[in-house]
Amino acid sequence: MYDYNDFDELFVRERVAQFRAQVVRRIDGSLTEDEFRPLRLMNGLYLQLHAYMLRVAIPYGTLNSTKMRQLAMIADRWDKGYGHFTTRQNIQYNWPELKDVPDMLEALADVGMHAIQTSGNTIRNVTADHFAGAAADEIEDPRPVAELLRQWSTDHPEFQFLPRKFKIAITGSPNDRAVTKAHDIGLRMVTKDGEPGFEVIVGGGLGRTPMIGQVVRDFLPKSDLLPYVEAIVSVYNLLGRRDNKHKARIKITVHENGLEKIRDLVEARFAEIKPGFGGHDQHLLADLERSFAAPDFIRKPVDGYLTARDADPVFRSWADTNLAEHLHAGYAIVSVSLKAHGATPGDATSDQMRVMADLAERYGHDELRISHEQNVILPHVHKSDLPKVYAVLKASGLATANIGLISDIIACPGMDYCALATARSIPVAQEIATRFEELKLEHEIGPLKIKISGCINACGHHHVGHIGILGLDRAGVENYQITLGGDGTEDAVIGERAGPGFAYDEITDAIERIVRAYLDVREDEAETFLQSYRRLGAQPFKDALYPKEDKADAA
Amino acid sequence: MSRAFTPKIVTANALLEGDVIYLTADDRWSRNLAEAELIDDEAHAQLRLLDADRQKSVVGAYLAEATAGLKGPEPVHFREAFRAKGPSNYAHGKQEHRKHV
Repeated sequence: MYDYNDFDELFVRERVAQFRAQVVRRIDGSLTEDEFRPLRLMNGLYLQLHAYMLRVAIPYGTLNSTKMRQLAMIADRWDKGYGHFTTRQNIQYNWPELKDVPDMLEALADVGMHAIQTSGNTIRNVTADHFAGAAADEIEDPRPVAELLRQWSTDHPEFQFLPRKFKIAITGSPNDRAVTKAHDIGLRMVTKDGEPGFEVIVGGGLGRTPMIGQVVRDFLPKSDLLPYVEAIVSVYNLLGRRDNKHKARIKITVHENGLEKIRDLVEARFAEIKPGFGGHDQHLLADLERSFAAPDFIRKPVDGYLTARDADPVFRSWADTNLAEHLHAGYAIVSVSLKAHGATPGDATSDQMRVMADLAERYGHDELRISHEQNVILPHVHKSDLPKVYAVLKASGLATANIGLISDIIACPGMDYCALATARSIPVAQEIATRFEELKLEHEIGPLKIKISGCINACGHHHVGHIGILGLDRAGVENYQITLGGDGTEDAVIGERAGPGFAYDEITDAIERIVRAYLDVREDEAETFLQSYRRLGAQPFKDALYPKEDKADAA
Repeated sequence: MSRAFTPKIVTANALLEGDVIYLTADDRWSRNLAEAELIDDEAHAQLRLLDADRQKSVVGAYLAEATAGLKGPEPVHFREAFRAKGPSNYAHGKQEHRKHV
């Protein structure tokens, strides 16, 4: 992975020193809150419902054991012994005290991390496929490009005051695990005449106006990537609306101006600025590609794995559910579920972080990833080590066999923490997961993604959940709207609203009715929920959701 | 036609910890909603909010609806109920501190 050079090191240390002085001036009263707020937000510090929250960037979701252990240390020393991994592959600490935050940032700088541009109208942490560098279906590891974008966008003077926040996602695989079509810019690696390049998607986004991104360039050579992305952000910076916060994202700019106009402007700007890049970006990219070189994969027999599969059905169930195909024979990608039934989605205790760090160091070529689905990935585990890895995970409550299943729920922090939320998300996720665990149905149900947001801003990606849940405040009472048929993959679709919402104590029953309807109508066990929905439409599920007496009366 | 004024409390977050705080009738900031001053006059509420805004140790003061309970003001909206208690997934925040009392 990428290690900070002297420039990075100096930059983050200077920012910590600046922020330390700013905090002193805020506490002694020299700075008002209005003066201080933009300064703290630039450093990832929010004030939430009950406390401050520090959002730390995990660039493209990649960590090593040293960084993970430091995140655990920070959780123990300055927070409450846990951290919350988010849908943007970041980690949030929910309970820091203001005076401690500079020390937390210093501790992050010690391991080459920071919280810069995790807030504000800037280019945010670049997210990537969490299987990057390991996936069997990958064309190339997208992380060198992601790191190039991180370096370019960090403190970029032109892009510190964009009309609104700006999110870039990148995948090196045709199977999109990074929700690229719901980002301001999505970069999906494709090949043309054997040469890798990118399909460039703009104007995707969720929130109150969900939109699927559109292809602005179907093939962009890799060497043109940086000037092209700069051209897009540059066009948006001038054209994007600043009169209305709700119409300021690039999705609205693309929608209002039309893709053709945006494309023309971007291509013109690209032609203008490209010569100025002078190849320096390509030299840098070549260096970065070396730092992301694949580990030295080991060739050894996998007999132990096969024996363990035969001997232990619980291990086999976990392996069938939580492993993904690795590019190298003999290896597997391990998804560590942070979704134990009834637990808070995405939360890991400091002890669990250390356990995962130890496993990565011992059995995983020292690599870890955070997924946007709020799980942790050990991308490179030799199959012969899987029984040992599983045993350690199990002893730490980390071996829940539910990746991609109904209890592997994305949930934003919701009104348990977030100042913007209109309803709770976490307890809804906890109750749904617990319900289906009690019913022992989740493996029978098969792949099904439930995503929950506690407000219209859609941090929980509810629009692209197969079943999406949106928590709202209806006349002072929590109310949950259901959307159906959403999909966050390369075939991205915004889910369709099912009908009137449900009260907090009705929502789990409502979800169970949808799922039971699916089990009734599916052609066979191989047909997933989403496939049934696409074959039959929303009606059977709406009928299950709203078994109205007036229908019976009318009949 | 003017609507009847619903009683309010002044609430904010503490600068240092971020913890939820409430303005009391004797000009203290309490961590406990039951100690808050329940204000049933709109003009007085606005004056109290101005007082709160001038103070350096608090952030984001605002008026929140409350009702009179047996032990003092109680929240009206569920958001204020969560602020007064803490998150529902862990016994952290105010509910954690209350355990030790």
